[in-house]
Amino acid sequence: MIETALIIETVVKAVIALAVIAGMAGFATFLERKVLAFMQRRLGPMHVGPYGLLQLAADGIKLFTKEDIIPQNVVKPIFVIAPIIGAVSAFVAIAAVPYFPQFTVFGYTIHPIISDINVGLLFIMGAASVGMYGPLLAGLSSHNKWSLLGGARAVIQLLSFEVVSGLSILAPLMMIGSLSLIDINDYQIGGFSSWLVWKQPLAFVLFAIAGFAETNRTPFDLVEFEAEIVSGYATEYSGMRWGLFFIGEYANMITISALVSIIFMGGYNPLWIIPGAIMMLVKVSFWIFLFLWVRAAWPHVRPDQLMWVCWKVLMPLALINILITGIVLV
Amino acid sequence: MQKVNRLQPFFENLVFERDDNTMIVNFGPQHPSAHGQLRLILELDGEMVTKAVPDIGYLHRGMEKMAENMIYNEFLPTTDRMDYIAASSNNYGFAHAVETLLGLEIPRRAQTIRMMLLELNRITSHLFWLATHALDVGAMTIFLYAFREREYAMDLIEDYCGARLTHSSVRIGGVPLDLPEHWITKLSKFLDKLPDDIADYEGLIDQNRIWKMRLEDVGIITPQMAQSWGCSGPMLRGSGIAWDIRKEEPYELYDEVEFDVPVSDTCDSYGRYKLHMEEMRQSIKIIRQVIPMYYDSEPEILAHAPQYISAPKEQIMTQNYSLMQHFVLVTQGMRPPVGEVYVPTESPKGELGFYINSQGGAYPYRLKLRAPSFWHTSILQELLPGHYLADVVTIIGNSNIVFGEIDR
Repeated sequence: MIETALIIETVVKAVIALAVIAGMAGFATFLERKVLAFMQRRLGPMHVGPYGLLQLAADGIKLFTKEDIIPQNVVKPIFVIAPIIGAVSAFVAIAAVPYFPQFTVFGYTIHPIISDINVGLLFIMGAASVGMYGPLLAGLSSHNKWSLLGGARAVIQLLSFEVVSGLSILAPLMMIGSLSLIDINDYQIGGFSSWLVWKQPLAFVLFAIAGFAETNRTPFDLVEFEAEIVSGYATEYSGMRWGLFFIGEYANMITISALVSIIFMGGYNPLWIIPGAIMMLVKVSFWIFLFLWVRAAWPHVRPDQLMWVCWKVLMPLALINILITGIVLV
Repeated sequence: MQKVNRLQPFFENLVFERDDNTMIVNFGPQHPSAHGQLRLILELDGEMVTKAVPDIGYLHRGMEKMAENMIYNEFLPTTDRMDYIAASSNNYGFAHAVETLLGLEIPRRAQTIRMMLLELNRITSHLFWLATHALDVGAMTIFLYAFREREYAMDLIEDYCGARLTHSSVRIGGVPLDLPEHWITKLSKFLDKLPDDIADYEGLIDQNRIWKMRLEDVGIITPQMAQSWGCSGPMLRGSGIAWDIRKEEPYELYDEVEFDVPVSDTCDSYGRYKLHMEEMRQSIKIIRQVIPMYYDSEPEILAHAPQYISAPKEQIMTQNYSLMQHFVLVTQGMRPPVGEVYVPTESPKGELGFYINSQGGAYPYRLKLRAPSFWHTSILQELLPGHYLADVVTIIGNSNIVFGEIDR
């Protein structure tokens, strides 16, 4: 009986998470246009619905009804599968992210996390790094040189920054002693001053930078930077296949925002009189806004400079951080 | 079975080594940052460029040949389509060449109006350069910021001549119109605002770490290289050679105004970026000095040379002989004396020269354009090898090439 309830609960939660995150990913594209527009002295989408709010629906209809083009000479099965890998891995990663504090409805306690596994963080990073296969396979199968370059760039970028993001959160994990995001959250229950960002500022900065790189955001948006490699791995994609890449990317962005908020910025613990759920929303929104802000403000780096930043600057710093944390803990 | 006629990759007579790990990519002509219709054939080793061959001609319209079949006044609007970012500079370059051939003396008021237009065009061109260059490097906000100020400058030009892109704002012998009422006021307002805006752009990217990382030590053109490849304009001055035709062979009233020729001896893209920004400031300075000259001049806008230039409208309407001359000039065109002339001007992109060979007929016997972008495209084959693919975009954006004037 209890098992059936658990299964039903998990399925319901999974469906809700999928729908909400997919919706939020769509909404993030709208926000991105609006925020960029206001930073760039223009209006952004204005014609579909009030303030262009229905632009999202219009884009969705366009993506779904577009002709599905599979170019000649592509490796068809891989070409078809690649975008699915990208989107699925992004959504799988969400499974272990707790978004809100637990709450009680009709005497039934609900944990807003699909599965509280004890290696939650490891699972998220593993699932997210599987997403690397999306761009890689797309680039290899597209029969297009720009796609190939984009795929290669995606691999070097994601692979390198996996290292940095992994090493940078190792230090806070050593202090907490658990990989479950709920434990990490509970570690910072003491309010503003107990946020891990004060104890691990370096790890915070490193993880944020790696987050920018792993979600392909400016200044590390080399993978599909239009001026250089056309659309990178997505050059030959159109319609819903392209849309899947897109949704996956934005879902990743939300995941990274949630991770930074939970690991370093106190998670969903209430702050003063503000309830935890609202704090979490505020923090995630702030991070998404930061992603967009940086995109509006900065140019982007070159692949070799990206590698330089990763291996010669960030990784040694992460190692030193671990060393110092270890010494302090011992 | 029907034989499928597939197009084979076609690399003219270029020999590429195919047995190593290099990849040949066609950068353009449909590439997003090919700045028009540039086709670069790149040999890539990983992302490192080992060989680059620029291929042009995708926008060729045969302008030089067209000129041979048009009377001089007819050809003037065609020059708009060369460097369409700064159309008045081309109009002026052509008009100036014909005037030199005819030996005309231009009224002072027309000269001041021309100088204002030329410098406004320099500003719009440089703003456009900054916008597209920044977009190529990834700074998309600068793009929209710079475009706004460009709109203001184009509004001014529109107020004057009615067109925003293809101005045709200069005539052989002068300018078509006097400045409209309040135009100078609007111009002054624009000039007052622009330095702040330039400071805004610089605030965003001047000391930006990433911007400097992307531009410094990228696309180094040594002075010898710049000279041997025929660079001019900012590309030459970016290599530390102070050569500005406005100073060397002053035309119009450039010898009466005071301005500096900014020079950068870092030879790299960042130096050229600084140079462009400084040139905009110098243009503002020039226009400011020209405004009082405009007020001091007689209200006469076309040269007095009945043989070549139509008389003013009132005269045509009232005097029979002027009407007849006007009729002949419009239907048959002016007939310059036999001779040939090469006249360089400093367009926003470099030395824009017109060579005209006249055999005394109404059509030029031969007209040759020396477009600066053409020379700046050819230097790419020496400049690009050794750079990364991302730098290719930076260098192309930085060299400020416009395909209208390369392919003509």
